[in-house]
Amino acid sequence: MNVETIAAREQDIIDEFEMFDDWMGKYEYLIELGRSLPLIEDAYKTDDYRIHGCQAQVWLRAALQEGRVRYRADSDALITKGLIALLVRVLSDQPPEAVLRAHLSFLDRIGLKEHLSPTRKNGLSAMVKQMKHYALAFSQAARN
Amino acid sequence: MERWTKKIAAPSLPETTMQTLDTAVTTDYDVEKVRQDFPILHRTIYDGRPLVYLDNAASSQKPQAVIERIDAYYRREHSNVHRGVHHLSQTATEAYEGARAQIARFIGATDPRQVVYTRGTTEAVNLVASSYGRAHVGAGDEVVISTMEHHSNIVPWQMLCQEKGARLRVIPINDRGELCFEDFEQMLGERTKLVAVAHVSNALGTVNPVRAMIEAAHRRQIPVLLDGAQAVPHLKVDVRALDCDFYCFSGHKMFGPTGIGILYGKEHLLEAMPPYQGGGDMIETVTFERTTYNSLPHKFEAGTPHVAGAVGLGAAVEYLEALGLDAVARHEHDLLAYATDRLSEIEGVRLVGTAAQKAGVLSFLPGDVHPYDAGTILDRLGIAVRTGHHCTQPLMQRLGLSGTVRASFALYNTRDEVDALVAGLHKVMQLFG
Repeated sequence: MNVETIAAREQDIIDEFEMFDDWMGKYEYLIELGRSLPLIEDAYKTDDYRIHGCQAQVWLRAALQEGRVRYRADSDALITKGLIALLVRVLSDQPPEAVLRAHLSFLDRIGLKEHLSPTRKNGLSAMVKQMKHYALAFSQAARN
Repeated sequence: MERWTKKIAAPSLPETTMQTLDTAVTTDYDVEKVRQDFPILHRTIYDGRPLVYLDNAASSQKPQAVIERIDAYYRREHSNVHRGVHHLSQTATEAYEGARAQIARFIGATDPRQVVYTRGTTEAVNLVASSYGRAHVGAGDEVVISTMEHHSNIVPWQMLCQEKGARLRVIPINDRGELCFEDFEQMLGERTKLVAVAHVSNALGTVNPVRAMIEAAHRRQIPVLLDGAQAVPHLKVDVRALDCDFYCFSGHKMFGPTGIGILYGKEHLLEAMPPYQGGGDMIETVTFERTTYNSLPHKFEAGTPHVAGAVGLGAAVEYLEALGLDAVARHEHDLLAYATDRLSEIEGVRLVGTAAQKAGVLSFLPGDVHPYDAGTILDRLGIAVRTGHHCTQPLMQRLGLSGTVRASFALYNTRDEVDALVAGLHKVMQLFG
């Protein structure tokens, strides 16, 4: 299990994106990341797992394993999927409390902050919220 | 599954435009000069990219004349309207009512009393649904709309029908995105209280055969409301020639300000309708026992209106009239035909909405690329398009799509911009291919 902190993972991503000096390179990389994201099985691409209110469809699942939240997510849009891959990479296999504290400022540092805007309609801001909801639920369940 | 022809003939001009064009064939339309009138078209975005604005069906940009008119109004003429005896109140009232008269002339209304200011098309439709609809639609009655309506021309009727126990009937479309006229005619019956359809579809660009539809409805004494939001910026609209009972449109889609729109209505219908909202300006006398209402059109304009918006819309009308809608329609038709041809040439691009008569809109799917992905990359290239369902979810369901990419044109767009879109799409297809 990858036990790096969220901050360390964010820094890795920032370093990777620094290799690209133009937006096109970044998007190409993002699309590549999206393509390599493990898919959600079609059986879970249902309304129960879907994040609503977005142009791009986004599905999210979460489980608690050995005190850490494991996320699986998917989207039908590749750019969204690439961004999801980044978020999953940063937040998956982290303790719920760490997920709740995460600011995800790396998106700003790699010049993709605008994608997290709630007005963007790509489902990402709703997905982050949902990721945190899962973390909150798991952390409360663990306390009880 | 629908079958889509990959390459289609360029759409022909709507009938109403053709008639006027014959006399205006020689008009020279200098689009570069027109572009000089729109300050925003000269800004750059992101890394200094020129703006290619192809989202005009969502909202159009504003010419200098409109911006300056609003500025001048606030600098020299503003006060509340219809109230004060003082000089400025009279100046503001004259500007406000003067714009109404201009707009009435622009759409061929016989009297400014038939022209009600609203916040936009949506409020105009809601006004008719609330006032006329509540008074005339009862349990078991029917309201007819079409598959290609914008949500603004669906939801108000749906709400009315739910409230009254009435039934919403929906005219089907064919795979090209044209209304099925025979089905429409068969739908009209004893219980039909109103027909409400788009003049031009915002998602597909289809120009509906509204004149024939109005005739068919009127033969059965059924009134017709037209959602003209996507027609007014592109074609000459004459409400008297159309003989429509209500016509709704928005200022911001026709180079005017946001927050102002128009409901045109036949006078005897408006006269008989109860007020929509209560408040100042719409009253004649008020006591705690009883209120009598102001005359048309003020009966429907409660509260301090959007005077600057109305005045700005008047300036937009003046601007459009100076350019001439015939010349505008010719330019846009040429541009749409060119864009249709160029996009059809791109391997994998599928046009959505291939009606014989179209205006202003080119909806398409860039192969298997998600519209959101395509829109994001085009945006980075400086090209503004709309992606998604375009507020027509039932239409998208009928077409079996979750959304499209939509390029929508206005009088200031150029062939160079179409070329930029085509180049951008090649880039998109390459990135995601």
